[in-house]
Amino acid sequence: MTVKTLTIDGKVLTGVAGESVFTVAWHNGIKIPRLCHVGGLSDVGSCRLCMVEIEGRGRLQASCVTEIEEGMVVRTDTEPLREHRKLLLQLLFAEGNHVCAVCVSNRHCELQDLAAELGMNHVEVDYLNPRRGVDLTHERFALDRDRCIYCTRCVRVCDEVEGAHTWDLTGRGGRLKLVVDMDDPWGKSTTCTSCGKCVQVCPTGALFTKGASVGSMEKDRGFLKYIVYARERQQWIKR
Amino acid sequence: MTPEELQERAKDELERQGALRERLHVCTAAGCMSSGSDAVKRGLTAAVEAKGLQDRVEVCGTGCLGMCSRGPLVKRQSDGLLVAEARPDELDAMLEPAITAPRAEGRVLEPSDPFFAGQHRIVLANAGRVDPERIDSYIAAGGYSALAKALGEMKPVEVLAEVRSSGLRGRGGAGYPTGVKWELVAKAESATKYVVCNADEGDPGAYMDRSVLEGDPHRVLEGMAIAGYAVGADHGYIYVRGEYGLAIQRLQAAIKQAEREGVLGPRIFDGNFRFQIDLRIGAGAFVCGEETALLASIEGLRGWPRPRPPYPPEKGLFGAPTLINNVETFANVAPIIEKGGAWFSSIGTEKSKGTKVFAVAGKVSRTGLVEVPMGTPMRHIVYAMAGGVPNGGKVKAIQTGGPSGGCIPDELLDVPVDYESLVSLGSMMGSGGLIVMDETTSMVEVARYFMEFCMDESCGKCVPCRAGTVQMHTILKRLVDGHATASDVGLLRRLADLLRATSLCGLGQSAPNPVLSALRYFPKEFEDRLAERNPAEAPVAEGTLPHAVERERLRIIS
Repeated sequence: MTVKTLTIDGKVLTGVAGESVFTVAWHNGIKIPRLCHVGGLSDVGSCRLCMVEIEGRGRLQASCVTEIEEGMVVRTDTEPLREHRKLLLQLLFAEGNHVCAVCVSNRHCELQDLAAELGMNHVEVDYLNPRRGVDLTHERFALDRDRCIYCTRCVRVCDEVEGAHTWDLTGRGGRLKLVVDMDDPWGKSTTCTSCGKCVQVCPTGALFTKGASVGSMEKDRGFLKYIVYARERQQWIKR
Repeated sequence: MTPEELQERAKDELERQGALRERLHVCTAAGCMSSGSDAVKRGLTAAVEAKGLQDRVEVCGTGCLGMCSRGPLVKRQSDGLLVAEARPDELDAMLEPAITAPRAEGRVLEPSDPFFAGQHRIVLANAGRVDPERIDSYIAAGGYSALAKALGEMKPVEVLAEVRSSGLRGRGGAGYPTGVKWELVAKAESATKYVVCNADEGDPGAYMDRSVLEGDPHRVLEGMAIAGYAVGADHGYIYVRGEYGLAIQRLQAAIKQAEREGVLGPRIFDGNFRFQIDLRIGAGAFVCGEETALLASIEGLRGWPRPRPPYPPEKGLFGAPTLINNVETFANVAPIIEKGGAWFSSIGTEKSKGTKVFAVAGKVSRTGLVEVPMGTPMRHIVYAMAGGVPNGGKVKAIQTGGPSGGCIPDELLDVPVDYESLVSLGSMMGSGGLIVMDETTSMVEVARYFMEFCMDESCGKCVPCRAGTVQMHTILKRLVDGHATASDVGLLRRLADLLRATSLCGLGQSAPNPVLSALRYFPKEFEDRLAERNPAEAPVAEGTLPHAVERERLRIIS
C-alpha cells in the first residue's frame, strides 16, 4: 500500500495510491460539492460540481475521477470554481421542474442543500419547464422524471449493487430519458426486484416512496457501505 | 503473397495498363456518384465494348478528383485532362486528342488550373490513378510496398522513429504528434493492444475522410497494418459512420481482397506478423467521434465519453492500450514509410508538416476537395484555388473546424494553414471543413446554427454541455430574432466560459468556440441584433412568425 502526500486547500494530507482527490478531501473534512458521486458506486464524473484546480494541469479536473499523485497541489474553493458551480446549479434548476415547495424531498434534497450552501440565490437562465412525465405504475415507488438530474446514481446502484440493471438512459442531450427496462412502465418491469436502492440513492425527489407528501421523503443510503464492505471482505454479517 | 510476388503483381498490372492506349478514370466518390457518374461509367464502358476497344481503352472508377461542384468528372490518363459534367455518351469526344466538343462548352479542366496546380497530393495522390475496387490497381501504384518494407527491412522501433521524424500530427483536428502517440502505445506493456481508425467524420460540410475511404481504402488499411506492426497490435477496428454507405461497402471489399492476397490476416507476406481489421458502423452520433465515446461504442456500450486520463494509449478499447488515429493520419503513413520521415518533414511549416486536405464549401465558385501543403495561406485556397465568391461577391469570413472551430474574417485570411496559427485566431484546423461565407451571411445566425448542432449532438452525460448548450442556443435564438438584451450577451459569455472549463469532453469544451470567435470578430453584428436596436421586432405571440422570411434569408446552411 503506497501512501501519497498532497496539498489540498493549503493542508498537507495523505492518501492511499489509487484514491481519488475527492475521497481524500472528504476524509479530511474538505467537503467538495457533488451530485453524481456516491461512495460505494463507480464514478462517472458527470455533474462537474466537484471540479478542482490542480497545479500544473491546464484544465480543471473532476476530483472524483482524478487519482491522487505525490506532491499534487489542489484548490477546491476558488472564486472561479464557486462561480462555475453556481452556474451549473442554475442550469440544473432551470432544466427540470425543481419546485421545492411542492416536492416530496423538500429540505432533504441534495440539490436544494447545495444551492443553499453555494449561495445560488437566483436563476438567470431560462426555465425550460419540461414535461417528461411521471411513472406511478410501481406498487411501492414512484418516478417524477421532471425532477431527475441524470446523475445516474439509480442506474449504477441497480447495476453494480443490486445486479438487476433495471434503469438506464435512452436518447441524448436534452432528450435524455431515464427508462425502466426497454422503456416500459416501472410496474411492468421484469427485472426490477423492488429493492428500493435506487430510491435511497436518488439525490432529489425524482425517485420516492409512494404515499410520501411534501417534505416527508427522507432518504437513507447507509445500506451501501455495509454491502460494499461485506463484498470487499467477503463477510456477510451486519455489524 | 510474398514481397517478391507483390512486385510481380505490380509489374503485371503496370504492363497491362501500359499496353492500353487510354485509361479513363471516372470519379466514383459519393459527390460525383450523386451527379450521375455511375451512369457515365456504365455508358462509357458499354461504348468501349460496342466499338471493340476493350484491349486499348479501359474505363475504371477512381477516388475523388476534387472539384465536386463540376461532377461527374472523368480524368484522361494520357494527359491528365479532366472532363467536367461528363455524359455517358461522350466516349468519342473523350478519346479525341483535342477533346473539342467538351472544350467548346467549357467543360475541360487543365491540370494547370489553379484549383489543381496549388495542390500537393499525398493523401489524395491515388485519386485519378487507382481504382478503389481493385487491389491490383493499388498495388500497381506502389501499394502495400510500404508494408512490405516495414515488415521486411525495419524493426518496429525504426518504424516509430520514421513516423516521429516525419513530424506528422493528428489530422482529426487536435494535432497531437502521431509519433509520440505511437510510442506511448508501443511502450505500454500488454499482451493485447488495438489500433483504431476514427472514421466517424461528423463536422457539417466536411467529407475528407469519406473521400479517402471511398477513393483509396487500401491506403488506410496499409497505414493501420504498419501501425499495428510498430506498436505491437494484431487487431484493428475502423469505426465508420453509418451514413457513409459507399465507404463501408468499399472498405468491406478492400478488407476481403487484402485478406485474400495475404497483406492482412494471420500471416502477412507469409511472415510472422498477423493483423486483422474489423469494421464497426456508427449509428449517427456526432459524439462518437470523440475517442473515448468511440471506444465505448465499439465495445457495444452507449456512446458516452469518459473522463481522461487514463488516455487510450494507456487504457483504451476493452481496457487494453489502444492507438486511435484519424483516417487522414493513417493515409499519410504508407508514403512516410516509403519515402522517409525526412521527405515528409521537408513539406510544410516548422511545426506542422506535410499536407492537409480541406473540403471547401459555401459561397465559392468551385467547391470540392483540395490538398495543400501546410503553410499555404488561407487566402490562396479561398481566392486563387476555389475562385472566391461567385458573381463578384465579397468574402466576409471563413469557418474552419466545424462546431469546434471558429471563423476567420477576410482581413486575416493571410493566415497560413498550420495548427498553431489557426488556434491563435480562435479557430482551429479541425478535421478539414472549410466553409466560405459572403457578405449576406449573418454571423449571429452562423453562431446559432453551430450551437444548435452541438445542442442536438450533446450526449447529455455532463451538465454543462447538456443544459448549457440549450441555454446558449436560446440566447442566440433571441439575438437572431432581435429580442435579446445586453445582459443576455453577458450571460452568453459566462456560459461559454463554463462550457469550456467544465465540460467532460471535447464536444462541450469546444462548443462555445464558434460563438466566441463570432463575438470576437463581429461584435457589431451582435449589438445590432439587441432588442433596443430593433423596436419593430418586439416579441410576438407564439405561432406567428413575422420574421420567418428574414430568417430564411439569413440562413446559410439549410
